[in-house]
Amino acid sequence: MTKIGLEIHSQLTKLESKLFCSCKANYREFEPNTNICPICIGLPGSLPRLNQKAVEKATMIAMALNCSTPEKIAFFRKNYFYPDLPKNFQITQLNLYGNTSVGGTGILMVGEKKIRITRIQLEEDPGRLIYEGSSEKNLVTLVDYNRAGTPLVEIVTEPDFENPREVREFLNILSNLLENLDVSDPSLEGAMRADANVSIEGGNKVEIKNIGSFHDLEKAIHFEITRQQSLHSRDIPIIQETRHWDDKRKITVSSRSKEEDLDYRYFLEGDIPWVKIGNEVKEKLKSEMPESISSKKQRYISKYNIPAQVADVLSSDKFYSDLFEDAHTKENAKEVANIITTDLMGLVDTREKRESSKLKPSHLQEIADSIQSNKITRNSAKNALYEIVKTGKKLSDLISELDLGNVSDESELLQIIESVILEEPQAVEQAKSNLLTINYLVGKVMQKTKGKADPKLTLDLLKKKIQ
Amino acid sequence: MNIKISALQFTREVKSGSISAEDFIAKTMEQIQNIDDNLHAFLSINDKAVDQAREIDKKIKSGGKIGQCFGMPISIKDNICIKDTKTTCASKMLENFIAPYDATVITKLKQQDAIFVGKVNLDEFAMGLSTEFSAYGPSKNPWNTDYVPGGSSGGSAVSVSAFECVASLGSDTGGSVRNPASFCSTVGYKPTYGLVSRYGLISYANSIEQIGPLTRTVEDAAFMLNLIAGLDSNDNTTVDNNNEDYLKDINSGIEGKKIGIIKEMIGEGIDPSVLSATKDAISKLEGLGATCEEVSLDMVKYSVAAYYIITATEAGSNLARYDNLRYGYDFSVEGFEFNSYIEKARKKFGSEVTRRMILGGFVPSAGHAGRYFLKALKVKSKLLRQINDAFKKFDLLISPTVPILPFKIGEKINDPVTLFLIDINTVTANLTGKPAISIPYAISNGLPIGIQLIANSMNDKLLLQAAYALEKTVKLPEVPI
Ligand SMILES: [Zn+2]
Repeated sequence: MTKIGLEIHSQLTKLESKLFCSCKANYREFEPNTNICPICIGLPGSLPRLNQKAVEKATMIAMALNCSTPEKIAFFRKNYFYPDLPKNFQITQLNLYGNTSVGGTGILMVGEKKIRITRIQLEEDPGRLIYEGSSEKNLVTLVDYNRAGTPLVEIVTEPDFENPREVREFLNILSNLLENLDVSDPSLEGAMRADANVSIEGGNKVEIKNIGSFHDLEKAIHFEITRQQSLHSRDIPIIQETRHWDDKRKITVSSRSKEEDLDYRYFLEGDIPWVKIGNEVKEKLKSEMPESISSKKQRYISKYNIPAQVADVLSSDKFYSDLFEDAHTKENAKEVANIITTDLMGLVDTREKRESSKLKPSHLQEIADSIQSNKITRNSAKNALYEIVKTGKKLSDLISELDLGNVSDESELLQIIESVILEEPQAVEQAKSNLLTINYLVGKVMQKTKGKADPKLTLDLLKKKIQ
Repeated sequence: MNIKISALQFTREVKSGSISAEDFIAKTMEQIQNIDDNLHAFLSINDKAVDQAREIDKKIKSGGKIGQCFGMPISIKDNICIKDTKTTCASKMLENFIAPYDATVITKLKQQDAIFVGKVNLDEFAMGLSTEFSAYGPSKNPWNTDYVPGGSSGGSAVSVSAFECVASLGSDTGGSVRNPASFCSTVGYKPTYGLVSRYGLISYANSIEQIGPLTRTVEDAAFMLNLIAGLDSNDNTTVDNNNEDYLKDINSGIEGKKIGIIKEMIGEGIDPSVLSATKDAISKLEGLGATCEEVSLDMVKYSVAAYYIITATEAGSNLARYDNLRYGYDFSVEGFEFNSYIEKARKKFGSEVTRRMILGGFVPSAGHAGRYFLKALKVKSKLLRQINDAFKKFDLLISPTVPILPFKIGEKINDPVTLFLIDINTVTANLTGKPAISIPYAISNGLPIGIQLIANSMNDKLLLQAAYALEKTVKLPEVPI
């Protein structure tokens, strides 16, 4: 049986500051080496100043993943040399003296499947190396410490996955969960990274590192399984090793540096006293935790009678569920849910589009109410939505500007219907014998009114005319 | 003008107008000019000190708000950062490191209108007890310049002892404040771990070291503690002392106090003159109404070994950043290769730092941690248990600060193990986080002897009261400079 385990690193991008200093946790907008201070570049004499908010957020993650949470947590030093590591050690966590990481064992369900979490730890992200130069010979390595010290949560799973598909589903669920907790924005570049370990029946465990995206992670696992199976089928032993994902060739390559031989000389970080996380704190955090995705989903179904599939889509994406929460009333909930899941999704399917979108919850409310009161058709609503996302204009303005108002004036509509009946004698005959085919004629009316005809009124009038 | 006055005396005289800060600082700078070529306490001098003093005098004259130091001349061990000032750790590695920020203790002293006359010598990165391991050459003992001043805060002790300042800040990792204080006949005080912020102190073994004052009197040490102690958001290990006034009631005496004489610190290897001074101090304390009794802390036997393993481990990590990518000399990027780069850069460390870095790479490593590092941690926690038990019975503990007299420069430098053992009486306070103080007690053959008192955590006030009482029984000759 194939066994796959994951090590996921997620930055706590929603925090204001880094893990041990007051530089910005959101380093992305800065010129290289301008989001730094004596602490995060490890200047002599500086000391880490633990960001309590980071401890709280990481604890929330642990609780959301059903992990045990210890009474006290400790920080350790992981000693190794690397140019992106300002102090040449990383402050991280380790369960050397019992469980002292923010999270112990836990579980996350992927459909019916249980994925066991081994532990969750809070640590600092290193800086970033940027390779520049045209050829191997001119290669220059630049170091940007803007990222150094960004709060990072490492989530380690047991090898409970059997195929890349399960991994993908897990990561989707996990990133939705982190986003829903308001601790991280997984869509930010580099905010969420994962390493995997893969073993097949009869073989040793192989770790794959350096995987840039979740998309590549799936590919890397796939490649690795195939590689191992092919070795196995030829009776070549699969050795325990660390392999790097070669982004260009899309294969895994054995690491020349023997990372498994590295001795990190872990010991307690004396500059950060043990942090007590008592029951009071945990209760407080629990009460501050946003409603879980599954509870949202249940609420949408039972309270608003929203179909399970729609509720699922709505609840698992924080962007949509926030919109929904702010826009809906008891009366229009179903309509708002519909607009979001059928019309809006295509318009804001990337991070960039979401960020530039001018849509406000009030827009959705207006649209839903206008549909329900027959002011505009669904079709017009869709057109309006497109404009609103782009411009943020008020619906009422757009209705007149784009002439989206319903054609609900009986005489006006009757004229159009009559002309359709004249143009479509065959279809009329058909509808007379089989009323179900009348929709074709409704469609024709819609065409003539550019989708603005009140559909119910149109149908009623058509029926009367034909019979 | 008399520059041989205590810190408190200085503040009183400037306050009353009987001396000016400018005159005193000028005289102090002159003293440094005159004698420091010989003593080599200073690694750098603040050439704006006199100007700063003049500003303070102006402030006093105009009735402006003035800090408690009144322009007091203080020297600072060169492993504590002063903004825009070189902070070398007496190492070639940090030869050109100009700190871009103030240590918390410096910020606090600046707020109180202290004047920093200069940065003083130490063993490289505070590793040593003689200042012979300074990359810029040893300091000399003002009592006899053939002898070491102790260390690692040797420059601090020399500058206080030789009137090149009225007080100094050092750091004490295993006795680095108390040892040179003892060798140079000054007061040297290591506060409870966490009482003084370490922010801006360049780490050697961060889990046990503290910044502490070296002064002429116990009162001055209490005064300095008043200025530098307290909670600091920049150092998560600091503790709240509720703005304790350590000077208040310093003359409370020690009547009825129980004092334990640490058996393991007056045994084998102790110099007879040190032993007799200790016995004398004990009888003086009894004369003041204390009861003294021997107590055994048998983990003390292993304390030095544990100390060196723990400090080497932490040093190996704390000093790892000095890798020449970021510190050390500049290399051309041509032909860059990471490992060879590091290898060359590390040559900037002196022999003692190198020795401890190598040790620090070994003792906590997989396969050896069990025999060394983890065992050392066990000794540490057992020692803590023993000393806590002792403090259930005793208010204070006493021992000589150093079991031997100051030794000659060059005498022991090639004998690291003997050097290590000299720390036997001082490392316990560091490993257990307890406050400890060394006060000048006797002179034997022209060389100083210090007595050490140790108190329980956060009992610094009691410690200073006892030291004050003992100090009052002592009359010593003046330093022969
Ligand atoms: Zn920073």
